Amino acid sequence: MAAENASGGGHGFDPMHQFEIQRILPLNIGGLDVSFTNSALFMVIVVIAVSLMTIASMSGRALVPGRMQSIAELSYEFVANMVRENAGSAGMKFFPFVFTLFMFILFANMIGMIPFSFTVTSHIIVTFVLALVVFVGVTIVGFIKHGAGFLRLFAPSGAPMVLMPLLIVIEVISYLTRPVSLSVRLFANMLAGHTMLKVFASFVVMLGVWGGWLPLAAMVAFTGLEFLVAFLQAYVFAILTCIYLNDALHMHH
Amino acid sequence: MVSDSGQSFGAGQISGAEQLAGSGPTFILAASTNSHGDEDGSVSQNLIQSEDTEISEALGVDDHGSGGMPQFDFTTYSPQIVWLVICFVVLYVLMARIALPRIGTVIEHRRDRIANDLDAAARLKEETDEVIAAYEAELAEARGRAHQIASETRDKLETELGKERMETEAALAKKTEAAEARIAETKAKALAEVDQAAADAAGDIVTALTGLTATKAEIDQAIVDARSGDRA
Repeated sequence: MAAENASGGGHGFDPMHQFEIQRILPLNIGGLDVSFTNSALFMVIVVIAVSLMTIASMSGRALVPGRMQSIAELSYEFVANMVRENAGSAGMKFFPFVFTLFMFILFANMIGMIPFSFTVTSHIIVTFVLALVVFVGVTIVGFIKHGAGFLRLFAPSGAPMVLMPLLIVIEVISYLTRPVSLSVRLFANMLAGHTMLKVFASFVVMLGVWGGWLPLAAMVAFTGLEFLVAFLQAYVFAILTCIYLNDALHMHH
Repeated sequence: MVSDSGQSFGAGQISGAEQLAGSGPTFILAASTNSHGDEDGSVSQNLIQSEDTEISEALGVDDHGSGGMPQFDFTTYSPQIVWLVICFVVLYVLMARIALPRIGTVIEHRRDRIANDLDAAARLKEETDEVIAAYEAELAEARGRAHQIASETRDKLETELGKERMETEAALAKKTEAAEARIAETKAKALAEVDQAAADAAGDIVTALTGLTATKAEIDQAIVDARSGDRA
């Protein structure tokens, strides 16, 4: 990462530099900036990587799976179980969506761990759009499934009538903050992790050959932790999507 | 750290807005020149990029060094959203149409195959059990028959042996009887001879002692008396 800094043009150790959006191919359609940026490049890389893992690895359709096919099947069963356990069999209709969401975030996080790469999910707008898709989708599913009865989600059954107005306000606020918490959780984790790695990396360079070992050791540990976080955040995002779906489908409270 | 980023956030916002204002027209220009030809396009792009850096330098805004969070540079939002939507939709279609059905069928196929194999194994085991049961039944039957034959043979032998023994015993008994009879006869004869000898001796003794001649009847009577007296 120090090398990355050097190539960045001597701006010192700016931990935010790695999140910079660079327009590789400036484009403008109808007044809308749709430039192909480094972020877009890594989104395309993520799509290709996920497709290779799930489509190319299955080309053999082997009865006894090889390594790559095992990974594809494991991830399939992992997400399928997650959806089935959290949203029931009715939720399996949305399995392709949850699978796509999980794989996209997981690969974006993991590819972001490669030095000199770009972490797509470290941008609030990306995570927010994903969370918004989940939020709007779940709300639409809820209304299609239960009609106006979906609004009862905001009125907990068995609560005293006196508390109802307060409870409804709280429930509505908690429902509306879902996309915010969902997106900020992922974005903040990625941002904080990568920034911390960068800061520690700069310590290594600053302290040099004699003093740099301690932050280097810490960096190794943090890198391991960041891989865990990369997986965990993809998992959390997917599982919360399943839980929201379950709310919309079954309205258990 | 927090307050620092908060201050720089404002700076970043302003720089973003300025950049948008500065670069907006040039981008439109790029799009229009692109349509004329590749060579022209690349040339104009280079021109625009250099123009961009010139603008940012002129404004005194350093894209990287300002410390402002790139995440809150709103000019980058529209390309990110557009490409996210494109990539996500493409990935969703690939997953939903190709990848997941393929993985699903492979897994299902394997599950069916395993179930079939297990069924076949269970069927074969059942057949094996049947064969084993038949074999054991036959074995038991054979063993029973062997036992029966053995006991029959033993019985037959025993009866034959018994008959033979009885015959032998009967013959032996007859022989013993004949021998005993002969012994008794001999004994009686011997005793009679002893009596005769005793009577003669007694007559002689009487004659010698008394000078009288005892009749044979008297001597016999005396012998009978003496023998009965002995027994008493």
